[in-house]
Amino acid sequence: MSRSLRPLLATAVIFAIAYGLSVMQFPGMFSTRVLGNFLTDNAFLGITAVGMTFVILSGGIDLSVGAVIGFTGVLVAVLISWMGLHPLVAFAIALIVAAVFGGLMGLAIHALEVPSFIVTLAGMFLARGGASVITQDSVPINHPFYDWISDLLIRLPGGGRLSFIGLLMIAVFVVGALVAHRTRFGSYVYALGGNTVSASLMGVPVARTTVAVYMLSSVLAALAGIVFSLYTSAGYPLAAVGVELDAISAVVIGGTLLAGGYGFVLGTFIGVMLLGLVQTYIIFDGTLSSWWTKIVIGVLLFLFIVLQRLIFAASAPGEKVAEKA
Amino acid sequence: MSETGYVLEARGVVKVFGNHVALDKVNFGLMPGEVHALLGENGAGKSTLIKVLTGAYQPDGGEVLVESQPVTLNNPQHAQTYGIGTVYQEVNLLPNRSVAENLYLGHQPTRYGFVDRRRMERDARTVLARYGLDLDPGSELGTHSVAVQQIVAIARAVELSGKVLILDEPTASLDRNEVERLFDVVRSLKAQGLAVVFITHFLDQVFAIADRVTVLRNGRLIETRALTDVTRTDVVRLMLGKDISFSGATALEEARPAGEVLLDFRNYGRKRSVHPFNLTIHKGEVIGVAGLLGSGRTEMARIMFGADPADEGEVRVAGQKTAIDNPTDAISRGFGFCPEDRKAEGIFGELSVRENIVIALQGKLGWFSALNRDEQMEIAGRFGEAMDIRAASLDMPVKLLSGGNQQKVILSRWLATDPAFLILDEPTRGIDVGAHAEIVRTINRLRDEGLALVVISSELDEVVAYSSRIVVMRDREMVAELHGENINPGVIVQAIASNQTGASA
Repeated sequence: MSRSLRPLLATAVIFAIAYGLSVMQFPGMFSTRVLGNFLTDNAFLGITAVGMTFVILSGGIDLSVGAVIGFTGVLVAVLISWMGLHPLVAFAIALIVAAVFGGLMGLAIHALEVPSFIVTLAGMFLARGGASVITQDSVPINHPFYDWISDLLIRLPGGGRLSFIGLLMIAVFVVGALVAHRTRFGSYVYALGGNTVSASLMGVPVARTTVAVYMLSSVLAALAGIVFSLYTSAGYPLAAVGVELDAISAVVIGGTLLAGGYGFVLGTFIGVMLLGLVQTYIIFDGTLSSWWTKIVIGVLLFLFIVLQRLIFAASAPGEKVAEKA
Repeated sequence: MSETGYVLEARGVVKVFGNHVALDKVNFGLMPGEVHALLGENGAGKSTLIKVLTGAYQPDGGEVLVESQPVTLNNPQHAQTYGIGTVYQEVNLLPNRSVAENLYLGHQPTRYGFVDRRRMERDARTVLARYGLDLDPGSELGTHSVAVQQIVAIARAVELSGKVLILDEPTASLDRNEVERLFDVVRSLKAQGLAVVFITHFLDQVFAIADRVTVLRNGRLIETRALTDVTRTDVVRLMLGKDISFSGATALEEARPAGEVLLDFRNYGRKRSVHPFNLTIHKGEVIGVAGLLGSGRTEMARIMFGADPADEGEVRVAGQKTAIDNPTDAISRGFGFCPEDRKAEGIFGELSVRENIVIALQGKLGWFSALNRDEQMEIAGRFGEAMDIRAASLDMPVKLLSGGNQQKVILSRWLATDPAFLILDEPTRGIDVGAHAEIVRTINRLRDEGLALVVISSELDEVVAYSSRIVVMRDREMVAELHGENINPGVIVQAIASNQTGASA
């Protein structure tokens, strides 16, 4: 196991160093306020990234999550603002729609033996297109329930706020970690990422697991969409464009092997926080263009791919794994 | 109905792929407490029969009975619930997961819905101890040797099934000691009343462990016999349907004068791979490489071919000092390499036989002189015929061919480049007796035509049969070079065994 722990450790160390350096430059960054905002601002990305972690661990990829976030936002906004449904009912509908959507993608990937890349790319266009057909504009949500949730927070000493959506993200990570590392389903996901043929010969329900993985990813993306609508109090069809790529980056930076089979949900959490840190730093600096975020993410991503390559190529008997990467 | 006493039985099983009949009304019965060898050439239908018995394939006719009750086995997992477990030639486990999880995947002990990892690893330790393995159940499977992985696979199959154990060429990648260890395990399982199906190409092993033997040929059942009343020759005759002589017959090659020096490796080696070795190779000479698994045989071949570049020493090709840093260098100097792992490193499974044959030649010609289809057909046809490749069409994907034919395709690929030097790594592994003999004949023919060959093989009888010289590898080091009358299995075993410090486990 130590081999797969190494990238995780590297991420944690890099995060600690980067955070330490940032605090040295801007002491204001070491506060519960910043930490609380960290969680709130990245909640939707974090939740999405948990689903993405499962997909990547299973050896696949899900490009549709950003579009699902956008679609869910629009769907929820329309159901609440136009149809007058209670938000909880709207949430339930959105989650069910996403579950069906993800399940169908998983089914297509398994049954048609099509790469997940292509199927979820189609899913991405479908969801994004669907959202834009419903409405082209931003649909505001004004509902007492939304106000109530926004007020739901834990005040931390030092002026920080632990918002509901921040806590929700942490809950999703905890549950995600338990499912990935402590359940049979989790072991099946790793099995698929390790070797699909072996997995099926060992009796892993490949079809069911594949469907479940993409269903999970879409449901979590929809949950992220709900969180995003709570965060912005609106639904916009072009919301969260490119979030799938941020999520993939967070997963890989968090130490999960892009080829599948190795990684940790906790690593993804650190990955998301690292991305958040870069953004926060740039806000604190004030003079840097926000596009620097992308450059830093690009550098980090590249660094981690090289790191994984080195780690998995260095340990001799694992040659097969290295070949796959 | 239970008068047969069979724990697992196939009755009149038929399996058809397209218009190819893979199994034609085959009957097969397995008694509890017996080791039943299943023999046949490649393409005889062994694998298909196994897949039907384990639920991987559904029979198109006939039925499968477990304890005399007809059953439908939907998949290998379903077969497992009937007590049928399988271990395949390639280790079909998960290198990325822990040993314990590989033992229990799908059956992990749980508490409140969560996997009880501590209990799983404790149980795993107990189970592994019974198979003579003392290792950390929490360690990643991929960090252990293939032999250990294979034993873990057997442990898994037995733990989860418990009535029938199907071993599909489990010894193909094990060395002698490990095979013995495996046999001890099989004997004790047999004593516990387990029925074992044993598929192998090694007749020695069949006679060492099996009680009965069933022979298949071209998808038909030839015969099931008790091994007490058959001889080796009988079995071979049943398998091939004809008499073939098995005499090594090479002593006469001894007197041949060595050709001129083609290759000269001096202090050639690579750190953490192979200790520097000296080897001179003449034209018209076959150098056999013997040694246990993990002794550095394959590594040596890869260095010679530039697949892993050497970082020490020098090589002279026909007297010229030169550098071979990658396979392209090697090919341009007339080298060819048939790797050990045919499926992963040799064939392009999805490509046609024709494309597989011309690809090295095309690589040698370069980008700008593409062979057109007619030229490709002509070349592929010529070698297909010369090598007696049995394929329905040269345009069929090479993955559909049997192992022996795939090997011939790879050989043809290199012969098409008109090589001076060929490296064959385990050319006869996983190949049936008939194709085996053909490959050996081809090696002899190429030598007579003046090629220099390095042939790596675990089968001593075979190495002895065609080698002009034999080098012995041990612990990544060349430890002996045998000439003349020293070329016999006894001496080789001694060379391998002397000062032996534990096999690769």
